[in-house]
Amino acid sequence: MKRVSMTVNGVRHEADVESRTLLVHFIREQLELTGTNVGCDTSSCGACTILMNGQSVKSCTVLAVQADGAAVTTVEGLASNGDWHPVQKAFHENHGLQCGFCTPGMMMAAVGYLDENPAPTEEEVRLALEGNLCRCTGYHNIVKAVLAAADDMGS
Amino acid sequence: MTPKTSADICGMGHSMKRKEDPRFLQGKGNYIDDIVLPGMLWLDIVRSPIAYGKIKGIDSSKALEVPGVLAVLTGKDLEAYNLHWMPTLMSDTQMVLPTDTVMYQAQEVAAVIATSRYAAADGVAAVEVDYEPMKPVIDPFKALEEDAPVLRSDKDGQTDNRIWHWEAGDKAATDKVFEEADVVVRERMHVPRIHVASIETCGCVADFNPVEGHLTVYMTTQAPHAIRTVLALVAGHVGLSEEKIRVVSPDIGGGFGGKVPVYPGYVVAIAASVVLGKPVKWIEDRMENLQADSFARDYHMAAELAADADGKIRGLRIKTLADHGYSDAQAAPSKFPAGLFSICTGSYDMEQAYAEVDAVYTNKPPGGVAYRCSFRVTEAVHCMERVVDTLAHRIGKDPAELREENFIPKEAFPYQSPLGWEYDSGDYQAAMDKAKEMIGYDDLRREQAEKRARSELMGIGVCSFTEVLGAGPSKDFDILGIKMFDSAEVRVHPTGKAIARFGTKSQGQGHETTYAQIIAEELGLPAAHVQVEEGDTDTAPYGLGTYASRSTPTAGAAGAMAARQIRDKASKIAAHLMEVSEEDLEWEPGKFSVKGAPDRSVTIQDCAFAAYTNLPEGMEPGLEATNYYDPPNLTFPFGTYICVVDIDRGTGEVTVRRFVAVDDCGNIINPMIVQGQIHGGLTQGIGPALFEEIPYDEDGNNLAGSFMDYLVPTSMETPAWETGHTITPSPHHPLGAKGVGESATVGAPPAIANAVVDALAHLGVTHLDIPITPDKVWDILNEKGVAE
Repeated sequence: MKRVSMTVNGVRHEADVESRTLLVHFIREQLELTGTNVGCDTSSCGACTILMNGQSVKSCTVLAVQADGAAVTTVEGLASNGDWHPVQKAFHENHGLQCGFCTPGMMMAAVGYLDENPAPTEEEVRLALEGNLCRCTGYHNIVKAVLAAADDMGS
Repeated sequence: MTPKTSADICGMGHSMKRKEDPRFLQGKGNYIDDIVLPGMLWLDIVRSPIAYGKIKGIDSSKALEVPGVLAVLTGKDLEAYNLHWMPTLMSDTQMVLPTDTVMYQAQEVAAVIATSRYAAADGVAAVEVDYEPMKPVIDPFKALEEDAPVLRSDKDGQTDNRIWHWEAGDKAATDKVFEEADVVVRERMHVPRIHVASIETCGCVADFNPVEGHLTVYMTTQAPHAIRTVLALVAGHVGLSEEKIRVVSPDIGGGFGGKVPVYPGYVVAIAASVVLGKPVKWIEDRMENLQADSFARDYHMAAELAADADGKIRGLRIKTLADHGYSDAQAAPSKFPAGLFSICTGSYDMEQAYAEVDAVYTNKPPGGVAYRCSFRVTEAVHCMERVVDTLAHRIGKDPAELREENFIPKEAFPYQSPLGWEYDSGDYQAAMDKAKEMIGYDDLRREQAEKRARSELMGIGVCSFTEVLGAGPSKDFDILGIKMFDSAEVRVHPTGKAIARFGTKSQGQGHETTYAQIIAEELGLPAAHVQVEEGDTDTAPYGLGTYASRSTPTAGAAGAMAARQIRDKASKIAAHLMEVSEEDLEWEPGKFSVKGAPDRSVTIQDCAFAAYTNLPEGMEPGLEATNYYDPPNLTFPFGTYICVVDIDRGTGEVTVRRFVAVDDCGNIINPMIVQGQIHGGLTQGIGPALFEEIPYDEDGNNLAGSFMDYLVPTSMETPAWETGHTITPSPHHPLGAKGVGESATVGAPPAIANAVVDALAHLGVTHLDIPITPDKVWDILNEKGVAE
C-alpha cells in the first residue's frame, strides 16, 4: 500500500492505495465521485477523462500513485457555487448529450481544450475530441456545444 | 408543425430542453457501476480462450488462495440447482456456465467472487482450466455441409446445424414474374456481424435477501418487466417466484438492442448472491463486451430484382443465410424468427416478392440482437436499396429517378405490400424532393461528371427507406407469449402536478422529457410539472420495454390514452365546479370554459384539486388513469437520404463529404430530440458502412475484440449532418407519431454503400460489401488500374 494525497475539486484527500490502483477507480470507489465513467480498457473511449494539473488525461490510464500531489478536477468540480460551467450550459442548450455516459469525459476534454485554444474552429474542435467516443449524438451537437461554450467564455 | 400548446405548457412540437440533463451534466447519473450496496462483493468471469472444445477440468484451488477471493462458481455448482442452462427469448437454450463443453470464444466458464474488483480479477487469472480443443465451425455455409459436426447435439432431435427456415410471399407467382421479366439483376451481399458498442458495457448488482427470500436485481436492461418474468421462469423452481423479484433498470449508458437479452453474467451474479447471501456486482469490461455479447446482423443475402426494360420493378426474390452463432438468442417477436425482414420490398410498388431465411448455428457467440433496428429491418433495407441501385446502373437510369418511378404513390395508402404489411401512410416523393433540393442533386451530378472526366472519384448515394416499427399488435406480436403492448400510469396530484410511469426504459432517448410533453399536450399541465419514471418493476406498469423504436408507438400512445381518460374525468369535475352540463364545456390545453362565456373557466389544476376536495356526488376520488395500449397496426416511417463521398485514389479512403437526411416520422413530439436521434443513428450507420465489423478467423478468434480494432466513428470521420423532415401523420396512432430512433441507422449504410459504388460504377463495379474499408477500395482501384 502507498500513501497518496491529492486535491480533488479543491478538497484535499489522503488515502492508502494499492500501487496498481487506477486513478479512475480511486476517484470512483474511494472518493465516491462516480461522475467519471469507465468505457473501455484501452484508453480509446475517453469516458474517464479528467483534468490533472489542468491537463485533460484519461484516468483509466493513470495510476493513483502517479497523481500523488496533483490537483484533479472531475465533472463534479465543474460547477462553482451552483452555477454551471459554460460547457455544461452549452451541452444542455445544444442537446449535446443523450445517454450521458460519455458526457463527463467529453466535457472535461472540452474544458481542457478550450483552456489551450479559447477560440477554436469546428475542425479544431473535432480534432480535439477525437479521443472521446460518443455512440448517441453523432458528435454534431457536441461540436456545436463546444463552439457555443467558446463563444460564451470569450464574450 | 405549429405547437398547439404555449411554451409554458410545452406540449408536442416544442424543442424543450431535456429534463434528464442536469444530473448527467453534473456527474450525478446513476449507472449500474455507480450502485454500491453495503457488504457488496465483486464477480469476475473466467472466459474460454478457444471457440470449441471439451473442458477436461477446472482447478480453482489457486484462485481460492488469492486474498479476498471467497468462492469460484462453475457449471457443476449451478447444475446442483439446475441453473446451468437457461432459455433464450427465442425459446432456444443457452448455457449459463458449461459443465463439459465450450461453444464459442469468450464463453463464460467460471465465476470468481471476491471482496474487491481487483481481487476478483486476480482470482480469474488464477483459475486453471484444462481444455481439449476441437475444430470449430465458423463459416455458416460450411455449417450446412453434410459432414459438418452437429454443434447443438445437446438438443433433442437436432440432427444438423439448422435452426429454422422462414419464408414470406408467393414463391411460384414470384418465379413466374422473374421468368417474364425483361431485366433481372442479382447481387450477393453480406451484412456482417457488428457490435452495438454502447459506451457503457453490461452489468448488474444482484441483491438476494436470504431472510425474506426476496431478490432485487439492478441491471442494464432495456426491458425490465420481461426480464423479471424470464427470471421467474428460470429460477421459479428454487423459490424465486415473480412477486419476490424486483428488477431495477437504472440510468443506461446506451443500449441499442444489446441490453435486451439475458446474458450468462447476469444469471451467474444472481446465483452467486443467492449462494452467498450478499449483494454481488458484475460489470463487463470492454473486451468482454466486444467478445461475448451484444452482437447484431450477420445475414448473407442473395437478392434478385425483376424489372421491365424501362426500370419498372416487378418482383423481388431474396435467399438468406443467417448466422446466429451458438444459440438463437436474439430478441425478436416469437412469430417472427427473421424479424420484420419482410419489409424488404421497401418503398416500391411491385407485383410479387418472395423472401426466405435459413438460420444456422456456428461456434460464435450468440448474435442477432436488434441493434438500433426494428428486428432485421436494417438487413432488409440494405438488401433492397443496394439491388435497386444495381438495376439503375444496369439500365443506365439515374438511381433517384428509378426510385421515383417505382415509389408507392401517396394515393395508394394504406398500402398492402406483397409480403403482407399494411403500410399506414406515406409520401415518398415529398421526402425525395426535399432531399434532392437540400443537397442540390442536379448540380452534384454535373460536378461528378466533370470530376470523372478528370479521373477524380466522387459518388452520390441515394436511399429511400421504409421502416416498420412499433411492435406490436397483440394478434401477431409476443415475446415468450407475452403480448407486445405497452403501458402508462398517470397520476395527477392535488396541486396539479403529476407523475407518469411507463413500461419502457430510456437509454438516452429522452423519455423523461418527451413523455412529459405528451402528458402536457393532452392535459395542458406544464411538462415541467410532470415527473416521468421508468425501469422499476415494483412501481412501473408492465410493459415490454424500449427497443425496435417502439416507445413512442406503444408507451407514448398509452400515455396519451391515459391522459385522455384523466381529461374525461376532469371534464366532469369542471362541469360540477361551474354548475353547467358537460356538453356546455369547451377544452383548450389546460382549461375548460363555458361555451359562449369564455370568462367562465376552470383550469386543469382546479379540477385536480377538486378531485381530492370537492367531487361531484358519487364520483370516485382521485385523478389518475392507467392504460395498456395494444396498437392496431405498426407504424411505417420513411425517408430519403442522399450523400456525397470522395475516394482517395492513393489510399482507397472514403470520405463522406455531405450527408442529407430527410425523415418522416409522422407528428413530432420534440424536434430537438428527434434531430438528435437522427444524428446519432446516422453515425451508427456510417460506422458499419465504412469501419465496423466483428470478423473471426478460421479458429473462431474474434479479430475486433477491443476498441483498438473495433473502429467506431469518432468526431473526425463524422460529417456535419444536414437534416430535414416531412410530416405524414400515422392515421392510427393517437398522436399521429411513428417513432424515429432507428431510421437513420437503417437508412445510412445503403446510402453510403450506394455512393461508393456510384463513384466506381464506370469501372464496372456493381457491389461492395460493408464495411467498405480503405483496403477493399484500394484493391479495386489497383485491379482496375486507377490506383495512384
